[in-house]
Amino acid sequence: MSKIHVQTIVNRDPVEFLADPRETLLDCLRDHLGLTGSKEGCGTGDCGACSVTVDGTLISSCLMLGVEAGGKSIETIEGMAQGEDLHPLQRKFIEHAAFQCGYCTPGILVAAKNLLEKNPSPTETEVRYWLAGNLCRCTGYDKIIRAVMDAAEEMRGAA
Amino acid sequence: MSVARPLPHDAAREHVSGKARYIDDIPTPSNTLHLAFGLSTIAKGTISQMDLSDVLAAKGVVAVLTAKDLPFANDVSPSAHDEPMLATDEVHYVGQPVFMVIATSHTHARHAARLAKVTYSETTPILTIEEALAANSRFEDGPRIYTSGDPQTALISAPNRLQGSVDLGGQEHFYLEGQAALALPQEDAEMVIHSSTQHPTEIQHKVAEALGVAMHEVRVEVRRMGGGFGGKESQGNALACACAIAARLTGRPCKMRYDRDDDMIITGKRHDFRITYDVAFDDTGRISAVDFIHYARCGWAQDLSLPVADRAMLHADNGYHIPHMRIESHRLKTNTQSATAFRGFGGPQGVFGIEYVLDHVARATGLDPLIVRQRNFYHDSTPATATQSTHYGQKVDDFCLNALTDKLLASADYSTRRAEISQWNATSPILKRGIAYSPVKFGISFTLTHLNQAGALVHVYQDGSIRMNHGGTEMGQGLFQKTAQVAASRFGVPVSQVKITATDTAKVPNTSATAASSGSDLNGMAVQAACDTIRSNMSGFLATHFGTAKDQIGFENGQVLIGHDNTMSFQDAAKLCYENRISLSSTGFYKTPDIEWDRIKGQGRPFYYFAYGAAITEVVIDTLTGEYKILRADLLHDAGNSLNPALDIGQVQGAYVQGSGWLTSEELVWDDAGRLRTHAPSTYKIPATADRPKVFNTALFENENQQATIYRSKAVGEPPFMLGISTFLAISDAIANAGVGVPMLTAPATPENVLLALTQG
Ligand code: FES
Ligand code: FES
Repeated sequence: MSKIHVQTIVNRDPVEFLADPRETLLDCLRDHLGLTGSKEGCGTGDCGACSVTVDGTLISSCLMLGVEAGGKSIETIEGMAQGEDLHPLQRKFIEHAAFQCGYCTPGILVAAKNLLEKNPSPTETEVRYWLAGNLCRCTGYDKIIRAVMDAAEEMRGAA
Repeated sequence: MSVARPLPHDAAREHVSGKARYIDDIPTPSNTLHLAFGLSTIAKGTISQMDLSDVLAAKGVVAVLTAKDLPFANDVSPSAHDEPMLATDEVHYVGQPVFMVIATSHTHARHAARLAKVTYSETTPILTIEEALAANSRFEDGPRIYTSGDPQTALISAPNRLQGSVDLGGQEHFYLEGQAALALPQEDAEMVIHSSTQHPTEIQHKVAEALGVAMHEVRVEVRRMGGGFGGKESQGNALACACAIAARLTGRPCKMRYDRDDDMIITGKRHDFRITYDVAFDDTGRISAVDFIHYARCGWAQDLSLPVADRAMLHADNGYHIPHMRIESHRLKTNTQSATAFRGFGGPQGVFGIEYVLDHVARATGLDPLIVRQRNFYHDSTPATATQSTHYGQKVDDFCLNALTDKLLASADYSTRRAEISQWNATSPILKRGIAYSPVKFGISFTLTHLNQAGALVHVYQDGSIRMNHGGTEMGQGLFQKTAQVAASRFGVPVSQVKITATDTAKVPNTSATAASSGSDLNGMAVQAACDTIRSNMSGFLATHFGTAKDQIGFENGQVLIGHDNTMSFQDAAKLCYENRISLSSTGFYKTPDIEWDRIKGQGRPFYYFAYGAAITEVVIDTLTGEYKILRADLLHDAGNSLNPALDIGQVQGAYVQGSGWLTSEELVWDDAGRLRTHAPSTYKIPATADRPKVFNTALFENENQQATIYRSKAVGEPPFMLGISTFLAISDAIANAGVGVPMLTAPATPENVLLALTQG
């Protein structure tokens, strides 16, 4: 099958790549753009390790085709820090030791950032349910929830 | 000092930025090839015909290999040589690799692997415990039996006696990063392997066999894993060997990763067990004898099943002193995935058995299950006493569960809550709450005594920076951070001065798997030994140079103290030593002292020490649907003098949630043809954020290790897994509170099983 030329915006930069029409957005990010921060944990939309946003909507990039990304704006974990400055969520994850193996971490950070953009003061239950699609096998989730709540509070203070 | 501080994980910044590299993230040359296995579709039989022409003709395919194309060894077993990488003519389970495809992309390889036309002559598979027993299909010639005291007499003469049986499901590891390996052929016979493995030395060994070369031709590197939990102790061998063979054949880099479905279908899981028991006890709930039979479903190959089943026997007492014990253990061979190591390594099954018995005794006597447990505990040790022994003859000289439990009961407000729950239940006809306590005593050391050794390699450079390497692997448990803290403490420098490097068989040879919770115990000590050799070299020189005694040289706060009034920065000291031709590099070695074990007799001291913990869990169940929620969990765990409380608390919480998952939502289902039907997260449910207890209190118990471990800390990887048993017991308590006398709840306690137990009452 011939490849398709895709033009899109990733982490605020215009990029283009050639994609096999059957490749997922996750594959395109990882294999064509070298953005390996998004992980594959299942490939079926059940684990959240591949979470990115497309035009502000949180999606599992393993469930979207790369060619569908044409003309859209994609945000991945690699775009979360501003240069050397970590996003408050990233800092809080370090502070709360909110990961162990770290494999789920990029997806959870992307999902949490998306939540706080929509809802700057979520309740703990809202955080839990928002992150219900992000599996973590190591932490037991406690520190993850605490880190998100803490980051939300800091960001509210700064706003 | 850097030890005992809650410092963040070593690569924290990389992790939160998405820059931490796992195997599939390592940039590879553009000519890299990708591999996939073609899998058996039947559980037992022989291959009558294999037509691979469509596979070979598929887009992107470079080569297809079967067992007869393999140049050297076709074996990926850890020891028994019973596990061909590719099936020869017989197949033993649905999912067994039968051939391998080498293609230009991962998708091409997987797609082509589906195009084979294989015909089999099928025979009836052995899938269940009953079928295996009927066919006498087992590993070892008969059951292993450990006995202490005279259980037969004690059972006959006891005032009360009960029998029962419980089925206990297996568990999928579900490490978030699936199995993966990458092989890079070098200019001569050398092969470099990157593998997501807990056991680099075994990968090296198996790859050397597969390539027909000596071990020195193979270098294995492991920077980190995205979770291991025992599932990467032996299960990575097949991918590494396949990549190495393909890389040798094609001269190109080769990579293989299992998709989640393949990973779940191919690789081994926790052993499922049936445990039957016969218990004798008095009216106060004090147990005098238990006779257990363990039936372990081991799958088709031996893998690590013998030590796993042994460890289940060694933990059949948990924290209880039972004078007369007998455990008979059957290791059954079935046509399913080869069950393997999983956090706790059989310990959880053994502990679950006795906890189930204690609940049964409590219900039969009408006593609070907590009280029955306390009455049966070993004595807490005082410095002078070690009076009680386990059923395998090891003195329990560091017991602390009495004190630990008292502390937990107070902080969790157990008695008040238990009374409240019973009042609440009286007013709630549909929803019922339950609360339960469970403890753990877990033996620390590999039961195969020679594995209890470790090596390290430490360099100090002339600018005072330090590079550290050891044989342990990082899978999220924080081992690298902990050992770096040890190195920093030895030299009195900030931990940022210590560079942590990937585990590498070319730097430290002949290592044991990072398993049995032993990572920091063994590697921490080896790192300390290496650092202390360098320190001694430095002190010896500095003492002579400055005309003072060697014991007058100290290392702290980034400074080297020389006698009473002289100091210099560690950096200047390193430079001075270098200029005076002092060696600033050393290996370090450690072997655990004082252990010896005869696994056939079941006698000795297999463990250097025990680690302890306890949990109280409260749940609510819906008696109409069988659904439940964990309302509150209180965990108190003994990590000795914790090397890093932040990492240890993370381990304790993660282990509890994983242990709860094992006994609640995580259900493995095989159909009558031996096909695993729960092979993706859509059907196999590990706990998610919403399953985490609403109130979750976790603390570490202050308890310096009596043994001279690294900074008197204790291993913490596996022991807290068993705290999850309290969740199962709390559900069982809620079922009892719904009017069922003695709940006969099967594990995992899925809502279906809860409903079943409710209706049996
Ligand atoms: S990899 Fe996309 S949801 Fe799991
Ligand atoms: S930290 Fe390992 S999966 Fe979340």
